Amino acid sequence: MAQPNAHVSTIDPLVRSFTNGRDVLPGKVTLVLPKVADNGNSVPMTVKVDSPMTAADHVRAVHLISEKNPVRDMASFYFGPHLARAEFTSRLRLNGSQRVVAIAQLSDGSFWSDMAQIEVREAACTEE
Amino acid sequence: MSLARIQLPDKAARGEAVEVRVAIRHPMETGFRRDEGGVRQRRNAIVALVCRYRGTEVFRAITSPGIAANPTLHFYLRADRTGDLEFWWIDDDQVEGTATAKLLVV
Repeated sequence: MAQPNAHVSTIDPLVRSFTNGRDVLPGKVTLVLPKVADNGNSVPMTVKVDSPMTAADHVRAVHLISEKNPVRDMASFYFGPHLARAEFTSRLRLNGSQRVVAIAQLSDGSFWSDMAQIEVREAACTEE
Repeated sequence: MSLARIQLPDKAARGEAVEVRVAIRHPMETGFRRDEGGVRQRRNAIVALVCRYRGTEVFRAITSPGIAANPTLHFYLRADRTGDLEFWWIDDDQVEGTATAKLLVV
């Protein structure tokens, strides 16, 4: 059995709100962010999950957690076997250099995650 | 002027992975920004977005100002039959928006 991921705290209340205390395992999820962004206003982000996206075996949800944004609970995405691929792309607003974590919940109830570290040269204007 | 643009291929084969792209015009105001006069701008971001295909929900996003202004989303829908792809969203001000495009499946 794989060990839970070090970059996800299973006692973090935000993580627990998604996982209800279940282990979050490494693998299956890939969070793609650039290594460096000139500013944090609009940073491209792609999440891919290794899943056949069939009725029996698919991704149910992906949660994105920010380390440094005022709102750590950045977004949650819910989908299922109507999607052909467990993959989506959007753009993030990031308040400075930080780690972003993606947690995926599969249809068997398991949780998997990935972390991406990004250097943001000019933070999005979220400060006072 | 429409608040959203949906991009789909002209047609798709049944079972094919169709790239769906949507872009919505919205400031996704964080609640921390001040305007040129120093007045703090109230938070107003899209908080939920739902996509339905032929009436069935296929994608839902619960969002925050951590999503960039003028949000974009791309995903890959499994083409089934010709029908409407309908996006609906709502922001902190309870203002709702919708946009619809037809997916032609041959």
